Amino acid sequence: MANEYANNTTMRSPLGRVRGLGSAKGGTHHWWMQRVTSIALLPLTIWFALSAASLAGASYETTVAWIGRPWNAVLLLATIGLSFHHTAAGVQVIIEDYANQEWVKMGGILAVKAICVLLALASALAVLRIAV
Amino acid sequence: MATFTLPKNSTIQPGKTHKAEAGAKNVKAFKIYRWDPDSGENPRTDTYEIDLDKCGPMVLDALIKIKNEVDTTLTFRRSCREGICGSCSMNIDGLNTLACLKPIDDNVSGEVKIYPLPHMPVVKDLVPDLSQLYAQLRSVEPWLKSETPPPPDGERLQSKDERAKLDGLWECILCFCCSTACPSYWWNGDRYLGPAVLLQAYRWIADSRDEATGERLDNLQDPFRLYRCHTIMNCARTCPKGLNPAAAIGKIKQMMVERET
Repeated sequence: MANEYANNTTMRSPLGRVRGLGSAKGGTHHWWMQRVTSIALLPLTIWFALSAASLAGASYETTVAWIGRPWNAVLLLATIGLSFHHTAAGVQVIIEDYANQEWVKMGGILAVKAICVLLALASALAVLRIAV
Repeated sequence: MATFTLPKNSTIQPGKTHKAEAGAKNVKAFKIYRWDPDSGENPRTDTYEIDLDKCGPMVLDALIKIKNEVDTTLTFRRSCREGICGSCSMNIDGLNTLACLKPIDDNVSGEVKIYPLPHMPVVKDLVPDLSQLYAQLRSVEPWLKSETPPPPDGERLQSKDERAKLDGLWECILCFCCSTACPSYWWNGDRYLGPAVLLQAYRWIADSRDEATGERLDNLQDPFRLYRCHTIMNCARTCPKGLNPAAAIGKIKQMMVERET
């Protein structure tokens, strides 16, 4: 649809084109969650980076024990969930900005969301297997 | 709709040079985009050498001098020549601005480069086709909507604070320098309303006398109409009236969250 407008292959009036399919009455949650997750990830990412650095060179047993501690496991799960949520939301915006074809746009967004969900689940499972 | 290269029939070719008259001492070159839809030729850039000693101080003065004295075929919009009508918006030395408010002296590189507003269909030379922008402005219904009739003996009243909320909004003259400077509007202008129109929409959302605030927000709550703004801030940087459309868009986004929480 978007291309038909951009290429001027429609004889619809400019106002008709601009009104298009109407307002989606959405987007606020997506936008707001992008902001919320980015703010939440600030302390979480710093905590994760410092922890990872402090574990550099530690033995397998020490690392597993560190992950297994309840607070560490909870914060790791939070970091994983928010990171992948934030990534999916951000990449979705990039695809919406630059993809010309409707099917590329929708396919791309679905693919990114699927990849992020699977990676998040895999990472969470890894933490839970150690912690639980 | 991201496209990064010009189609073959839009690539710009070198054009003619109109030399300054003999004896001119204070010469400035103006390199101007030319395209005539009737010629069937590609766009070109013509260079006009102007004696600044016989020309007014602003870029618009030079354009008018060129049209009057050198080349009558040069086509551009202008009316008030004092930054109120918004007609002479164009891209001068890489920045969208009003030719009437842009001093020639700002240019230090030797030649003043003048192009039409970016990423709009060109009607001729420096005249862009703004019908999409006008339709978008129409779509936000930029007029007072109120079911309560005005008091029979006077006008609708506002407090000083309420009136102050319209400052920085009412001054917009719809030159569309901002919308045509916005990459997000370049890529998705068919669905994104762009900074100028969103600032106008907010001008009515912020108006205490208007009773259609919720309806107006409904109309904007859309991933493309509103949320294509990524606070790139080109709009605020380029605005010849010193306004900040990005701040207005930010306030709309804030209200969207406010009414959901």
